[in-house]
Formats: sequence, C-alpha cells, structure tokens
Amino acid sequence: MTAAPDRHTVRVVLPYHLYTLARCSTTEVELELAGPVTLGAVLDALEAAYPMLAGAVRDRATGRRRPLVRFYACQDDLSNTAPDAPLPDAVAAGREPLIIVGAIAGG
Amino acid sequence: MSRIRVLVGTRKGAFILTSDAARRDWQVSGPHFGGWEIFHIAGSPANPDRLYASQSSSWFGQVIQRSDDGGATWNPVGNEFSYAGDPGTHLYYDGTPKPWAFKRVWHLEPSPTDPDTVYAGVEDAALFRSTDGGQTWQELPGLREQQGAKWMPGAGGMCLHTILLDPANPARMYVAISAAGAFRSDDGGVTWKPVNRGLHSQYIPDPEAEVGHCVHRIAMHPARPQTLFMQKHWDVMRSDDAGDSWFEVSGNLPSDFGFAMAVHAHDPDTVYVVPIKSDSEHYPPEGKLRVYRSTAGGNAWDALTDGLPQEHCYVNVLRDAMAVDALDPCGVYFGTTGGQVYVSPDAGDHWQAIVRDLPAVLSVSVQTLP
Repeated sequence: MTAAPDRHTVRVVLPYHLYTLARCSTTEVELELAGPVTLGAVLDALEAAYPMLAGAVRDRATGRRRPLVRFYACQDDLSNTAPDAPLPDAVAAGREPLIIVGAIAGG
Repeated sequence: MSRIRVLVGTRKGAFILTSDAARRDWQVSGPHFGGWEIFHIAGSPANPDRLYASQSSSWFGQVIQRSDDGGATWNPVGNEFSYAGDPGTHLYYDGTPKPWAFKRVWHLEPSPTDPDTVYAGVEDAALFRSTDGGQTWQELPGLREQQGAKWMPGAGGMCLHTILLDPANPARMYVAISAAGAFRSDDGGVTWKPVNRGLHSQYIPDPEAEVGHCVHRIAMHPARPQTLFMQKHWDVMRSDDAGDSWFEVSGNLPSDFGFAMAVHAHDPDTVYVVPIKSDSEHYPPEGKLRVYRSTAGGNAWDALTDGLPQEHCYVNVLRDAMAVDALDPCGVYFGTTGGQVYVSPDAGDHWQAIVRDLPAVLSVSVQTLP
C-alpha cells in the first residue's frame, strides 16, 4: 500500500536558537503535510507542531519572513519565494531539507 | 532566614544570583536562554516562584518565558502582542510619521496580588496586560490615545520601560516612555493622562510640551506612593502629587544625566541614582563609578564609592538595572554594561561585585524570599 499522493514528509533544518527553543534534540525535524508543499504550508506545519516558534520565523503581525531569517534548499536561496509557490520536488519528496538560517549579522 | 534572589537580564542570557541574608556569598545560575537578549525578568510578589522573562532576538523576535519554580525550569508562553485596532503612526527620528510596529518587551510588571496578572511595556511604546499567566496579551490602548502621534523614539527605541503599580490604590498606575514622558491612569489602565508638568527638555521643540519628554526611569516608595522620583534624559525630578507637577532635585550631582534610579526599601526619602557624564558620553564622570544617595528626598547627594572602581571605569548602568531588596539593612544592587553586578548589603555604604564578567547587563530585579 502506498501513501496518498498529496501527503508528504518534509524535512526542516532549524538554526540553533530555534531548535533549542522548540526543545528538539536535533537540528532537523520532520513534518507531515497534506496538499501542495509550499513555503507557507511548511511554515504553517512547523508552527502547528512547535507553537513556541510562532513569530520566530514569520512576523506575527504581517506574516512575512522576519528580516534576519533566510530559507535555503537544494543550494538555492528561497528567502523571497512566494508563500504559495511550490518548493523544489526534492524538498517535497523529503530527499532534501528546507534549511532555515539566521542571517549572518552582528553577534 | 530570608534569602535573596537577584534576576539579571543581559545581552546574551539570564542569570540568577542567590544568597542568604548576609549577602556575602553568592551562587550563580546561568546562562539561561543563552545567546538571547533578556530585557527583563520579574517575580510575582504574590507567588515568588512565579517568574516572567522577556527573551528577545533581532533574528527570531519575542519570546515570553514563565517559570513556576523560581527559575529552575521555564516554559514559553504567549508572544502575540497585537495593538488594538489600527495603531496609526508615531514620529520617527527624522520627524516623519512611522507606523506603529511591535519590536520587543522591555519590562514586565507582575501584579502584587495575582500571579497570573502581569503587565508588559513594549517597543513601539504600548502597555499590554495578561490575566492568564502570560498565555495571552491584551493592549490597554487608552494610553496611546494620549497624543501618540507625537511620540518619538529615544536612542534605544520608542520603549515603554517603566510600570509602577500604586500599592495603596489598585486603580492607579504610572508608565514612562522614551520619548513621550510619564503617564498616569486612575481607572486601572483604561484612560490615561500625561503627567509631565514641570519637566523642561531642551531637545524638543517646546521644552515644556505636554508629551515628548525622554523620561528614563520613575521610582516610588510603596509607603508614600504619591511621591515619585524621576531620572530624566537630563535632570533628576520629584513629584509629591502623583505626577501632577514636578520639580528638580538634581542639587549637587556631578551630572544629572543618567538612567537608573531606586528608592530605599524602608525610607521614602532615601534615593539612589548613578550619574552618567552626558547624553553624548554614556559613562560615569571622571571614570569613577559612583552611586549617589540622597537621604533628604533629593537636592543633597553623597557619593558612595567604597568598593566601586574609582579610575578608568567607562561602563553604563541602564534604566532597569538597579533595584533594592527588602531586608534591614536594605540591600542595593545594580548591573553594568561591563557585566558587573554589584551589591551593597548596607544601603550603599559598601559595595562588592557579585559577578564581574557577565554580558552587558540590561536589567536587575530582586526578590526577598522568606
């Protein structure tokens, strides 16, 4: 029996401060998604699984990516990808993670 | 025997310092939330094991942490600070209108009677209240109706940094905002009025305007709540009528610029400030770290230096980084941007460093535990 075609297991790599805030033991988490794998859907699933991350990646008031947060996958910078645009097939298939990065700024 | 718990917020985490009543030997716990800015930690007077912490980051925003065991363990609670309605605009540094936007929580003030009720002063300046232990936050928007469009940020941002709850009158509270001034509510935070008469600020177009003053700190003694002391951008001020009018009590201070201020736990006329050289040079005059104490409610000030560096000292003491305990003799505490936290167990006569090498200290609060 195969999984329903609209269900996906997506891997997300979190920066240190977010995986410690979420109390994850590793930097990578797996999220179950139903429907198209878009940036917005992955972040919705992330915040549903880890409510303490709400507001930490996307601004609470605007829903936009926080200015010093970046999104990478498959060697591409997806930081300015539209929330409803599909992520690469390799991310949707779980072969590659979506990487959330704190921008290099200050210290 | 009483114990003391000092809650220290720094640029890179929180630290908890504990001692018995002698206040000589200290245990240091931390860093908690390492790498995050901890603007403030405060304990509930109604349940000292209930602590609230403001954890924030330019990268990852605002987190509110709550402890129910005196800081041994913590859990994140609500971090949604939504302004009521359309907050409109305030003035930016360049005088242009700028939309209100939440940035961080500067100060947490737990209710004296209910551990689940806590107030939060935020940037961009507004006052929020939670009545469910920090899970949800509601703005008290009547404050911003006090000419909020004319408020502008100080150098540190447009922050609401001081919240004073009148212990004799639960309906009365005060807040202070940089740079808007001081405000008072007499109905539990529903409606507000500016209480800035008597302030004189050369750095705003009308030096005696109703709002726009850069108030750095207000302090009150619980036994005399109608008397307030204020450290303004420049000038140390006093009011004896709940803020309706202010008069200057800078007296013989070497500089009346500064940030931190505290009132002795048992004497409403004994006040502490830490003079800073100027608005352009945020360090002590002459490189000498001196706390000044007035035992006359202002005007006549004595330098307290025993145990404090008296040469080559160029740290700052920020507005929320000074506090007192409730023991007798009263303990006085302050933290510096150089990472020292000092204690005087004898009301300021002698000082010692509890710790010397923390990250820059943003806030110090003190709990006196049974």
